[in-house]
Amino acid sequence: MNISDVNFKEIVSSYADEFPTYRVLDEKGNVVDQKAMDSISDEELVKLMETITWARAMDERVILLNRQGALGNYAPGGGQEASQYGSVLALDKKDVFAPTYRDVFTAVKFGMTLTQAFLWFKGHYKANQYPADLNMYSPNVVVGGTPIQAMGNAIAKRMKGEKQIALSLCGDSATSEGDFYEAINFAGVFKANLVAVVQNNGYGISVPTSHQTKAETLAQKAVAAGIPAVRVDGMDPVAVYYTVKKAREYAIENGPIVVENLTYRFGPHTMSDDPKRYRSDEEVEEWRKKDPLIRLGNYLKEKGLWDDQKVDEIYEQVKEEAKVALAEMTKTEPQKISDFLKNMYAVQPQNIQEQIAYYDAKEDN
Amino acid sequence: MPVLTLAQAVSDGLNEAMKKHDNALIFGEDVGKNGGVFRITAGMQETFGENRVFDTPLAESGILHMSVGLAQEGFLPIPELQFSGFAVEAFDALIAQISRQRYRSGGTRNAQITIRAPYGGGVHTPELHSDSLEGFFSQIPGLRVVIPSSAYDAKGLLLASIESEDPVFFLEHLRLYRTVKDEVPEGYYTVPLDKANVVKEGSDVSLIGYGLMVPMAMQATEKLAEKGINAEVIDLRTVSPVDYETITASVAKTHHAVVMQEAQRQAGTAGQIISEISERNFMDLDAPVARVTAPDSVFAFGLAEEEWMPDVNDIVAKVEETINF
Repeated sequence: MNISDVNFKEIVSSYADEFPTYRVLDEKGNVVDQKAMDSISDEELVKLMETITWARAMDERVILLNRQGALGNYAPGGGQEASQYGSVLALDKKDVFAPTYRDVFTAVKFGMTLTQAFLWFKGHYKANQYPADLNMYSPNVVVGGTPIQAMGNAIAKRMKGEKQIALSLCGDSATSEGDFYEAINFAGVFKANLVAVVQNNGYGISVPTSHQTKAETLAQKAVAAGIPAVRVDGMDPVAVYYTVKKAREYAIENGPIVVENLTYRFGPHTMSDDPKRYRSDEEVEEWRKKDPLIRLGNYLKEKGLWDDQKVDEIYEQVKEEAKVALAEMTKTEPQKISDFLKNMYAVQPQNIQEQIAYYDAKEDN
Repeated sequence: MPVLTLAQAVSDGLNEAMKKHDNALIFGEDVGKNGGVFRITAGMQETFGENRVFDTPLAESGILHMSVGLAQEGFLPIPELQFSGFAVEAFDALIAQISRQRYRSGGTRNAQITIRAPYGGGVHTPELHSDSLEGFFSQIPGLRVVIPSSAYDAKGLLLASIESEDPVFFLEHLRLYRTVKDEVPEGYYTVPLDKANVVKEGSDVSLIGYGLMVPMAMQATEKLAEKGINAEVIDLRTVSPVDYETITASVAKTHHAVVMQEAQRQAGTAGQIISEISERNFMDLDAPVARVTAPDSVFAFGLAEEEWMPDVNDIVAKVEETINF
């Protein structure tokens, strides 16, 4: 074909076709991909269900605590459990995990303590003090900051020949940031063991994805980096879990991959956001029908592996866990300005020494 | 003892660092086969292999963010930014990630990263290649900003920077690369960070600066000596955090101070130093502390570079003004 024959419109029209949305369970819990389902044990599925139920219960509990003024501002995760917890459960303990501010409780399932999660929203440095063997970035508030840092770890994994990956979570709007592209582009060049998960919940606070990019899918952004991407139903916990596991194996052998989860947050962006300003109740109701807890719950109930009593137990357990964590949080020693100063440099320079002395004296009074 | 240019001393330092630290990595734009646009890393890829000295895509944010992950995985990253003026592309990595890694993690994680970049005017580069951005960098808590003015310091400070568990922005002045030459010991040695250097002792006025301003101040001292003025010259070496003890002791002795920077006047390093001197040495001073800086315009278009940059005559004039106050 010659340039004189090329219809520019047709070039774009096929982009999205390359990225169909895969699922394993449909909205009612019927299996649509038996081969994928057969590769996952009942124990794994029950654990997945327990985890997303825990997450939903915790989300509701934390919203309540926030309204009571017991916790700081909170970015709810309700609706995104399949995407968040399906990803983190697919990881090995030695992998590196890079979550965002919406994934704080997801981070708890990787090794952060619940008290730390509470402290994170309150604002205390102890929220981010991890033991040396916890391979996790503290939840990052920089949109696009997670894939681009995880990229460095993922390159290191390849250089060291380690059979582990770095997995980053980011939102749809993070793909508007140049750093998202730099992350996947560098990862491609260095064959990095990176799984960059994009949680496409349709909105960057109030701005819809259609206004973030002309691209019909976010997965197709990987094309520019020359790396594979897949798009999955992010309300299907089994699809996310299966896909991230498969992506993990791929990344270890071959290099980076992008996974786009089509998901939705049922709640506001944060507790100070009013989503009624930018989306309709009807839209929310439509997405609620796709609830990850319904479909996996139905599937497991059918197999006799799940019942409502289990849900009640988990809700009770979460109530107790939250109570304990809240009490621990309250007992946490208050922060001193001198603590901050001491954490600035490995070796304290003169200005820091002077200021520590000043604040020590002030705070002792 | 070998006499090296500042550029050669940086290369020498990098070679020593790579020999001493098996986990050290050098990467950036054109640092591999090409050996860097200023040939600082020439031959290093052959010596240490493509796994330890390698090119990256042309994206400063990616280069610095990548360093964070590499450092966390136990590597010792020594990324190069081709020109510090393009560090603005990487401000998120610098400010939001690298420099607050230790603070954010409550002291449990370090970002042991040494970022190298050339800066400064006087060699007629295109726009943005000559900017002095150390004022910006110095305002970032957690980041150390180091600027050598001699070949000896360049090697020793670089090796100290690489050893430091804190992130360091190591700035190499473009004009000094090949105009400065001095004795540099072979092998491994360090020059301590956070310690200013009294380059020349004097009794009448303290000239405080860094980078290109140090050799200029040294030239100025000769002219001043002819006028009967015995000037002391202090090289900050580390622009952030600053060694105020050395400055304070000097000003207490000379009662006069002139602070010099190549950067624009507004909100620069010199302003900060003067403010500290006025708080710490107020009763010692016989005259207001003066500043020699560039004007508050964007760095000059090439043909007017010499007029725009502060020079020896500016320093001499400002010292006389201060002494005769």
